[in-house]
Amino acid sequence: MDTDMTEQPKLTKKDFISDQEVKWCPGCGDYAILSSAQMAMAKIGVPPKDVCVISGIGCSSRFPYYVESFGMHSIHGRAPAVATGVKLQNPDLSVWIITGDGDGLSIGGNHLAHILRRNLDVNILLFNNEIYGLTKGQYSPTSHTGTTTKSTPFGSIDRAFTPAKFAMGAGATFFARTIDTDPKHMVEVFQQAAAHKGTSLVEIMQNCIIFNDKVHDEYTNRITRDDHTVRLEAGKPMIFGKDKDRGLIQEGFHFKEVPVEGNEENLFVHDPSDECLSHILTNLDGHNGPIPLGVIRSIETSTYEENFDNQIKEVKQDSGIGKIQDLLYSGNTWEVH
Amino acid sequence: MKNIEHVVVRFSGDSGDGMQITGTQFSSTAAQMGNDLATFPDFPAEIRAPQGTVAGISGFQVHIGAIEINTPGDRPDVLVAMNPAALKANLEDIPKGATIILNSDSFNEMGFKKAGYASDPRLDLKDYNVIEAQITSQTKEALKDLELDSKSKSRCKNFYALGMTYFMFSRDLEPTLHWIKDKFIGNELLQKANTMALKAGHNYAETIDASASHVYKVAPATISKGTYRQISGNVALSWGFIYAAQNAGLDLFLGSYPITPASDILHELSKHKRFGVKTFQAEDEIAACCSAIGASYAGALAITTSSGPGIALKSEALNLAIMLELPLVMIDVQRGGPSTGLPTKTEQSDLNMAMYGRNGESPAIVLAAKSPSDCFHMAFEAARLTIEHMTPVILLSDGYIANGATPWKIPDLGKEYPQIKTHLVGDEDLNDGEYLPYKRDAKSLVRKWALPGMEGFTHRLGGLEKEHETGNVSYDAANHELMVNLRAKKVMKVADNIPNQKVEGNKDADLLVVSWGGTYGSVHQAVKEVNTSLSCAHIHMQYLNPMPKNIEKILRSYKKVFVCELNQGQLKAIINSKYSLNAKGYGKVQGKPFMVRELVQVITKEIKSN
Repeated sequence: MDTDMTEQPKLTKKDFISDQEVKWCPGCGDYAILSSAQMAMAKIGVPPKDVCVISGIGCSSRFPYYVESFGMHSIHGRAPAVATGVKLQNPDLSVWIITGDGDGLSIGGNHLAHILRRNLDVNILLFNNEIYGLTKGQYSPTSHTGTTTKSTPFGSIDRAFTPAKFAMGAGATFFARTIDTDPKHMVEVFQQAAAHKGTSLVEIMQNCIIFNDKVHDEYTNRITRDDHTVRLEAGKPMIFGKDKDRGLIQEGFHFKEVPVEGNEENLFVHDPSDECLSHILTNLDGHNGPIPLGVIRSIETSTYEENFDNQIKEVKQDSGIGKIQDLLYSGNTWEVH
Repeated sequence: MKNIEHVVVRFSGDSGDGMQITGTQFSSTAAQMGNDLATFPDFPAEIRAPQGTVAGISGFQVHIGAIEINTPGDRPDVLVAMNPAALKANLEDIPKGATIILNSDSFNEMGFKKAGYASDPRLDLKDYNVIEAQITSQTKEALKDLELDSKSKSRCKNFYALGMTYFMFSRDLEPTLHWIKDKFIGNELLQKANTMALKAGHNYAETIDASASHVYKVAPATISKGTYRQISGNVALSWGFIYAAQNAGLDLFLGSYPITPASDILHELSKHKRFGVKTFQAEDEIAACCSAIGASYAGALAITTSSGPGIALKSEALNLAIMLELPLVMIDVQRGGPSTGLPTKTEQSDLNMAMYGRNGESPAIVLAAKSPSDCFHMAFEAARLTIEHMTPVILLSDGYIANGATPWKIPDLGKEYPQIKTHLVGDEDLNDGEYLPYKRDAKSLVRKWALPGMEGFTHRLGGLEKEHETGNVSYDAANHELMVNLRAKKVMKVADNIPNQKVEGNKDADLLVVSWGGTYGSVHQAVKEVNTSLSCAHIHMQYLNPMPKNIEKILRSYKKVFVCELNQGQLKAIINSKYSLNAKGYGKVQGKPFMVRELVQVITKEIKSN
């Protein structure tokens, strides 16, 4: 049978590499994130002309220059607001927001909260290295209390933000966590984020080799990483450890670590659509239990741009398309002869 | 009955007394009876300040005439004061001999105390023509047979007062009766109550003024032929953008955050989804502006609205748009500043901010509307210039023209407005398959607009300095200077695309009066009055950056230049520095518009001085 569907040439990672020289520090975690995002974009299959990458300010925000697509390196913290305008004007675009812990959670915290609440269909990659890199090393809102930096020579006194808790508080419909040392996991998570209808926030634990090296070391080095992280998969029990011999069971509003053996029946099975569960999962911080990686929350609901467009369509349908002449002559008019 | 050329009426009462509705009704009726008119609503920032206090007084002044009306009038000929506080708040504006209608029901000890009067103020009104009426109790009496609670009955008292003024000025009741019917559709009781209150007030005035000594007639004005409507500045501005977007074949996108006195533009545009208007109420002023930039990048006619404090917040984002060379209109409905200042009062003190309030060498096109109805035209102009020149426009309005209303001769759009030319990319913009986002038109220096989704035109924009033509990030010294110059020249070239400045008044005079923005009505009227005995010329500027090409020649052809503006001399300083002139000026910063007579005085003084 003949179909008039024309076969699109398959996209490759190369299609998303721009002609601009990448200028991050050698050894920066951003390289792996960029590469994984380009790989994910190829797999997702939206052509570069329909991709729009919007960033704020910071090291990570140079990202759009390196992706062959449409894009904008905007101003500090405001990428979600710019992206909102782009998406509302053209909902067919695949819109990606690139931000960091300073850009997204400090100066742009307001916009991040509101885009999550509205549920605009965009993908947000939040590079969390717990430091200000581009301004050369000040503590950030995700830096742990006591972090010694140029602006906190005696240690920071601020309590730290947990991006996952921020997202849950703002009513995020999708939150995932991944790590810059695991390209395969990143590609998978980015694809899941893109597949989600609504605002997808992905926290990427990223290493700043210059100002905060090894900040995520316990989750990345071969010796400790398996004991300090748990890979979440929907419908699968929460099992972790080098020998996959430990698991999580529920105890009240907490998780408890137990040996897998003997507890097979009770192990907690991950369900990203369970809002309550995703709240509890945000409490796991690597010390009171393994830090969860993968999709923590994914909830289906209508998107902002759908509702935005539908309202316009409905009004047009109910009252007809507006005519400017009718508008000018609406209400009371009078003739002067 | 006595014929009068024009009359100024001010309605004044508590914020909850419905004075804005009363004033609007008086104006609409006048408009429909063929009078020329101008209105000035004046209300407090507080929604419901304590009842009966001066702080809670809300006023609405309307000037109607059988002659050309340019302003809402300096001083009321008639004051309607619903309580002692309203009398106290307004008395200094009321000339001796004027008529004061008082609601005597509120003139009691309690009312005096709340208003801050030690004794009955009515004893000091010998020089006025005072008409007292028990407006509240008579309204209730008139409505006594209606099954309505007492509070709702007394709420109709504004229509009783309106009815009294309708009799005094021989107004037709029909337009308001019609309005009541529409307004309270589905609520027969309120339709009845307000109708009865209006008629009761009318009848009462007829009864007490049978001598006709207070009955006036204001004949229709002779104005040019056509169909007219009333329009306020904020509504006119909103409609202007709807039309401009349609004219240009673009979607209209508004990113906004509520702020007085600009919110009505957001309200108005939110109603017009039928026209495909996209309105986005953002989380803050910055997001409002940034969302508009995003929409513009994606191909909309994008606008953002605010007032002074919000404009300050948007300035970084506006600069991004200047760097990106994208169309964007930022509307500043000015109010008294600095800081929160006087939210509901008018001022023209954001001109410097519009001209200079950004980091770096950052030129923007700056326009200003001159009257409520002119807001339609200037909205169109702002849209036309931002689209045709691919750079942001700041459009200045102010609280006075935003809330004020005037009759507007509905334009013939097809005849009076040109086609807006967009600069969207086409195949010819691909050189061997390569797209140069910052390649410019040789003459206008305008770059092309490539929208996400267009095959072959992928490109990245950003706030970092960009290389000439390629748009790539560049820190090169010579390139930066080249780009700064190109952006400046590009804005200067807008002068080729705007009308020449017109001179009004007596062109051969020695003195040139200069004004801009919302003061047109007052200055125009003052110049007209001065020219009955002395001589002066007048230019009123709507294009402030760049200025019209003939402006320097005009400024230099007068012995004296005198700038009148509602600030401490901002335009004066700009033209003095730009053209090395020694212009003088008159500035006022009271949160109030100019009065015609004060301008007549200062202009006369300036003419007579050496």
